[in-house]
Amino acid sequence: MERLADYIVYNLPFLQQIPRVIVDLIIMLFFATCMLLFWVALFAGITSWVERRVAGRIQSRIGPNRVGPQGFLQWIADGLKCFLKEDFVPAAADKKLFLLAPYIVFAGMFAVFVVVPFGDGLIISNLNIGIFYVLAISSLVVVGILMSGWSSNNKWSLLGGMRSAAQIVSYEIPVSLAILPVILLTGSLGMQDIIRAQGPYPWQWFAFHNPFTFIAFFIFFIGALAEGNRTPFDIPEAESELVAGYNTEYSGMRFVFFFFAEWANLYIIAALTVTLFLGGWNTPAHLYTNLFGLLHRSVDVAGTFVFILKSLFLVFVIIWIRWTLPRLRVDQMMDVCWKYFVPFSFANIVGTIIWMVLADAAPVLGYVRYILFVVGLMVPLAIAMKITRNFRLAKSEIHLNPFI
Amino acid sequence: MYKPMSLVPSGEPGATVITTRVDDVLNWGRANSLWYMLFGLACCAIEMMQTGGPRADLDRFGAVPRPTPRQSDLMLVAGTLTYKMAIRTKLLYEQMTEPKFVIAMGSCATCGGLFSPGYSVLKGVDKIIPVDVYLPGCPPRPEALTEALIHVQRQIKRSRPLRQKHEDTKIIT
Repeated sequence: MERLADYIVYNLPFLQQIPRVIVDLIIMLFFATCMLLFWVALFAGITSWVERRVAGRIQSRIGPNRVGPQGFLQWIADGLKCFLKEDFVPAAADKKLFLLAPYIVFAGMFAVFVVVPFGDGLIISNLNIGIFYVLAISSLVVVGILMSGWSSNNKWSLLGGMRSAAQIVSYEIPVSLAILPVILLTGSLGMQDIIRAQGPYPWQWFAFHNPFTFIAFFIFFIGALAEGNRTPFDIPEAESELVAGYNTEYSGMRFVFFFFAEWANLYIIAALTVTLFLGGWNTPAHLYTNLFGLLHRSVDVAGTFVFILKSLFLVFVIIWIRWTLPRLRVDQMMDVCWKYFVPFSFANIVGTIIWMVLADAAPVLGYVRYILFVVGLMVPLAIAMKITRNFRLAKSEIHLNPFI
Repeated sequence: MYKPMSLVPSGEPGATVITTRVDDVLNWGRANSLWYMLFGLACCAIEMMQTGGPRADLDRFGAVPRPTPRQSDLMLVAGTLTYKMAIRTKLLYEQMTEPKFVIAMGSCATCGGLFSPGYSVLKGVDKIIPVDVYLPGCPPRPEALTEALIHVQRQIKRSRPLRQKHEDTKIIT
């Protein structure tokens, strides 16, 4: 981002008359708006349609298909309708907090995009405390959710808000601890440094680096699901228990802000997992392509493509999990966190330290990553075999075309 | 006859302009995103669940269930309405945010139906809340409920939300 600002100021001489701080501010506001309009908003909207279509296929329904080609414009119709809905504030609500809460949730989500990388050189700000910044700023979401639950003056909202706070605060511990092995291996908190420490091929990724990071990968992914309030951990808005959780009293656009944050959060979860464990934008060196020589050698198109492809695949996996698994109970969720994830992630840190010392002494351990890669490959293979077996037993055909 | 969207040839050869009204764009959004409230009263609710299920799939029309009245646009009064429940139904209707629509599903909700001689049964939900579409049947099949939803969509598409006065936000056709 600083490089981009330098580039723009260098090429447009009249900008050099204005103080640099103001120019930087304007450029950053411009790119933040672009990011919001052309990436986050589009992603959140289109994902809502994709999720409903995927859910339809999983439940042997069709899903929205009346508005536009294959119902693609459904998210615009929903947005338009919610925009026109009455903006309702309950009489007994704490009005200021009630009105402020959606924006805090949204800000906590959107601020994470500052350090989410999109490619080599494509990052808004390559902070040297990148991943720590993510953990810090995403805690703002808890404040917003708790605020919305409290200020609605509604028992369902309050229960949902409290549950959500308990869940996010608990799961922040294993998630942070699962990130630590990666930071130990990299020696840096910067997102781009973490990606550079990995390689283009799967066995060079941190997920397969050693047995401890392999476990940390799963802990991180599941914990991130819980932090994003996704099923099987969506108890804060469980329809069958609480009416709609913390957003029960919200209508129209304020409700959309909550869901906007939730769907954009999907991308954040996926992008962070890809960054930390799945190699990020690393591509083999001969695939390096820069954007028509623009921005000299700072933008790697193939890398950006690979990064977004991996992230979108993970988003699909998260949607898949949501419509496959039932919801956990509160006590089960807390059990998973405190009894299994926290001790295991502590063991992971110690294990990684010992592994790093041993790997210096015995380079043979470097081959473990190939074994882990094969083990990791077995998981999708086993799932694929199970699915084909189920299809064979149910004597049903497989329709690979997603459009009916 | 008025068409919601028409193609008008522009001055340049081979080029056309799409014309529409703001009302129609807004109606398009409102009609295609009717979120209905998860609220069932009696046996009609079973048919309502069936309509949301794989065979009739209301989600095709952009209608998804919302558990809270604040976020729902459509109330399906599905089943016999007793006096005790009528108070709650009216409360739920009042809790819904504008614009809101009501389908009286089944004979009981339209006029009391089979149970109308009962001492505790409300003879039709239109005695307490305004109804947009009456759907006969005991209970109506999922296809019929889908048809009722399409009727509500048609009513919305015929309305002129920008021309309405604030008092009569309800659509009368």
